[in-house]
Amino acid sequence: MIRNGRYSLLFNALFTLFMAGPLVVVIGVSFTPTGYLEFPPSGLSLRWFAAILDNPDFIDAAWVSLKLGIASATVSTIVAVPAALAIGREKFSGREALQALFLSPLTVPTVVLGIAFLRLLSVLELNGTFVGLVLCHAIIITPFVLRLVLSSVVGMDRSIEKAAISLGASNWTVFRRITMPLIMPGIVGGWVLAFITSFDELTVTVFIVNPSTTTLPVRLFSHITQTTDPLIASVSTVVILFTVALMLLINRFYGLDRLLMGETK
Amino acid sequence: MKSPQNMKPWLLSGPAFVLFLVLLLIPLVMTFMLSFNSFSFYGGIEDVYTFGNYIEVLGDSYFYEIFLRTFLIALITTVFCVLLGVPEAYILLRMRPLARSIMLLVVLGPLLISVVVRTLGWAILLGNNGVINELLQSLGLITSPVKMLYTPGGIVVALVHVMIPFMIIAVWAALQRRDPSAEQAAESLGASPVKVFTRIVLPQAMPGILSGSLIVFSLSASAFATPAILGGRRVKVVSTTVYDEFLNTLNWPLGAAIAVLLLASVLVIMLSWNRLIEKRYAGVFE
Repeated sequence: MIRNGRYSLLFNALFTLFMAGPLVVVIGVSFTPTGYLEFPPSGLSLRWFAAILDNPDFIDAAWVSLKLGIASATVSTIVAVPAALAIGREKFSGREALQALFLSPLTVPTVVLGIAFLRLLSVLELNGTFVGLVLCHAIIITPFVLRLVLSSVVGMDRSIEKAAISLGASNWTVFRRITMPLIMPGIVGGWVLAFITSFDELTVTVFIVNPSTTTLPVRLFSHITQTTDPLIASVSTVVILFTVALMLLINRFYGLDRLLMGETK
Repeated sequence: MKSPQNMKPWLLSGPAFVLFLVLLLIPLVMTFMLSFNSFSFYGGIEDVYTFGNYIEVLGDSYFYEIFLRTFLIALITTVFCVLLGVPEAYILLRMRPLARSIMLLVVLGPLLISVVVRTLGWAILLGNNGVINELLQSLGLITSPVKMLYTPGGIVVALVHVMIPFMIIAVWAALQRRDPSAEQAAESLGASPVKVFTRIVLPQAMPGILSGSLIVFSLSASAFATPAILGGRRVKVVSTTVYDEFLNTLNWPLGAAIAVLLLASVLVIMLSWNRLIEKRYAGVFE
């Protein structure tokens, strides 16, 4: 294979700078001892991290986001796993249409989803409730779970299942003892990706929250549109570190490249 | 009555189907119907059906400009994602496995980090007193700050940053199926690196470029966080206009009509693009 030449490596270095730049700047700014945004910071201070603790708004929002991510990823996984088993293994009319329906939240512009959810929830008088948020997030993140579970369902060896059935195992036992463990990487990978997507979601959520269910991205967004101060940078730094920790975790047991790009050589 | 065997896939996908029916299909239909209602400042949403909102949007140069600006921003973002993402994907593929997995983390990792946070980084970089302006001024390259925040250009730069991982993933998928020995053969026959890239690599990357462009374009056209933070009210795009109609003006029917037009134009562009790809690359996709 041809290796990268000098210019390729230079391009790669500049590209890395472009990708990492905004994140490095956010992290750098958050350590400033001053009351305004400056980069590089003139000193190193944890002042603005301590300030987060005095702002219950952000902490409450972080809790909402955490609970919302866990609840919606779980709801989505519970409905997506059986659906993936049906779509991945059975031949039935309407199979393609069903798959297209479950993947469609990726195609519909998020702002359209946002107002559609707002319309429904206000008719049901669920607008701004946590339950409403969980259900709407479950819709947005189901495509991610479905895709990952589907790829492990399609790739799995079915001979062990057949052996278990021939030895008299019930359907439920086969699922619990054989199928589920075999597709577990897809389920866990899908759950984590769904959690992160829910945790980061802004465009849909901004339409359907109320002050008591404001999520972290919505809180950050409304803060940024009013003012940019070092506090917003320190909260963002915590978000970055949290996401990177999750990323390293996925990379460890599933593979980040596999999660984002499907099977790679 | 169907036999149990025929019912099985429907039982398995039933819960998901009900969830999607109640929370996706019905709300989308409701939104479509809402877009035909009318709105008055005192009476709120009125239960009548007219084309009034569509006539208002399609007949007003203000909205026309917003749609045009949105699609131009999306188009330019897509072009830059191709120009930067394709070479980067190729460079990544030629790296040694260890360097490659570290680089993948750097290049694709941002995909998982909140768009609000990434856009905040660009707001700090692009501001009048931001990092880039300060740097250029201290180097003596410019005397007064260049306005980058609250311009379409600033939005494009940040959108390229947000969207380029999707392009890299798509091109990567297309290129990893290639046979690298073709490149070696070309090189040993005296082709320059540029020629190898344009004549051997690029044609093989083309299906990935086309599908990646589709993803980048449609996501950019409906992006909300980045234009809202970097453009504000000064550079309005379709999604921020819908947001204003719903949460500030409270004219939901008009907002719904704008959203329906956005959905319709994105779908039309996606379907025609798909047909183009299928015609041109019928062989590649079996």
